[in-house]
Amino acid sequence: MHIPDGYLSPFFSVGSGVVTVPAWSVAAARLRRSLRGRSVPMLALLSAFSFALMLISFPVPGGTTAHAVGGTLIAIVVGPWAAVAGVSVALVIQALFFGDGGILAIPLNCLNLAVVLPLTGWAVYRLLGGARPAGRRRLWAAGVGAYAGLTLAALAVGVELGLQPALFQVAGQPVYAPYTIAQAVPAMLVAHGLGASFVEAAVTVLGLVYVERLGARSPAGS
Amino acid sequence: MSDWLERTAATIAGSIERAVFTEELARAPGWLQGLDPRAKLVACLTTVMAAGFLRSLTVLLALYAAVLAAAVASRTPLDLLVRRVWTGVPLFTAFVLVPSLFLGRPPYLAVHLSVPALWSAVIFVARVGTGVSAAVLLVLTTPWADLLRALHALRVPPVFVLVLSMTYRYAFLLLHALTGRLEARRSRVVGATRGGEQRAWLAGSAGALLDRSFQLGADVYAAMLARGFTGEVRTLRRFRLRRADAWAVAGAALLAAAALAAGTALP
Repeated sequence: MHIPDGYLSPFFSVGSGVVTVPAWSVAAARLRRSLRGRSVPMLALLSAFSFALMLISFPVPGGTTAHAVGGTLIAIVVGPWAAVAGVSVALVIQALFFGDGGILAIPLNCLNLAVVLPLTGWAVYRLLGGARPAGRRRLWAAGVGAYAGLTLAALAVGVELGLQPALFQVAGQPVYAPYTIAQAVPAMLVAHGLGASFVEAAVTVLGLVYVERLGARSPAGS
Repeated sequence: MSDWLERTAATIAGSIERAVFTEELARAPGWLQGLDPRAKLVACLTTVMAAGFLRSLTVLLALYAAVLAAAVASRTPLDLLVRRVWTGVPLFTAFVLVPSLFLGRPPYLAVHLSVPALWSAVIFVARVGTGVSAAVLLVLTTPWADLLRALHALRVPPVFVLVLSMTYRYAFLLLHALTGRLEARRSRVVGATRGGEQRAWLAGSAGALLDRSFQLGADVYAAMLARGFTGEVRTLRRFRLRRADAWAVAGAALLAAAALAAGTALP
């Protein structure tokens, strides 16, 4: 799910910053305001947790590997904008440190995994869970939210990859990722919708049960 | 399942080992190690960008040679740079590309392996490999703390940099705790165990890890407050750009421009 450099035109990877950078600045502004609480070390920890989760890849049908992200869990525990920052941080560490995901592609990978994923997960969670989600309904809402978040992020990756052969061709040959939308989107959706998204949902629900049991209350709100 | 546990343990141990080794290498003397991290970051981004736009295999290979030359000047073990890079993302890319050579445009599943398709796949892998090499070289020659300060200088909000630096430390703490648990289990388990037992153990470990992280988070925050943390991030070291740094940035920009110009003429 981490797009490496070279898969997409640099116009595309860097250009996605048009969406990602404003999302980052909103997240930074929100964080600065809530910095007085415990949320910074908590966020760093959850971000480290997300980083560790992303290290554990398992093979899925289609030849690639999938992993959980934990974005929805972070969104529920410390707030959606904190999740935007937290998952972005984990992705930046992965890109700079492990070469997992490109450097130019950081804005794009963050758009998919750190903006689309947690905000979708959070929105679905609030939609299904009601204004004050609690009990079993809360867990269901969190699980469905996490599933929706990761699946939508996978759809976004599929569309981004699939647009490349349509947009960038030289003499009939694709310059970047060669699979068309009709090939890339189903591949991403099947791999994630049948595999990784369930793992993400399970991690989110189990994590949330644990957080509830510990009595840790959401310190930042939104 | 137990294979899977072993493999996870190996991955985690490997990443810790690599991090320690990278830090050692980044502090060794060499050309890139002596440059300002901001200059290096800009030069690296320029190179990756140039590789992203290139469509000529010859020029891509020349750019890759330039990256390798920079690595040699920085006394980075080439074996490490080459093996670590090419067995990773480019190899994966090559695998991913294989079906595209055969199932191309409609009618799908029609086998038509053509020379242009193969050629464009080779260029694709070369581009990915060159980009990744430049990025890995940056990381191999820059201590993590300096890289963070470079981000700071590039106007990344300080809150992000703060969370980034804390996350990095926590990540290693969590990984250490996890390998500790895995090793403790390995040394106490005799014979085969059932899958259910393993899953239960893994779930328990994840929970215990999360629990410990929350406690640690509260402790660290208390420690930060005790030391006068007010939400403002300060760094001790100030960077000063020297002539060598300016040359490195100019060199990377020139190289990129030359590569792009040559790329329009060469195959």
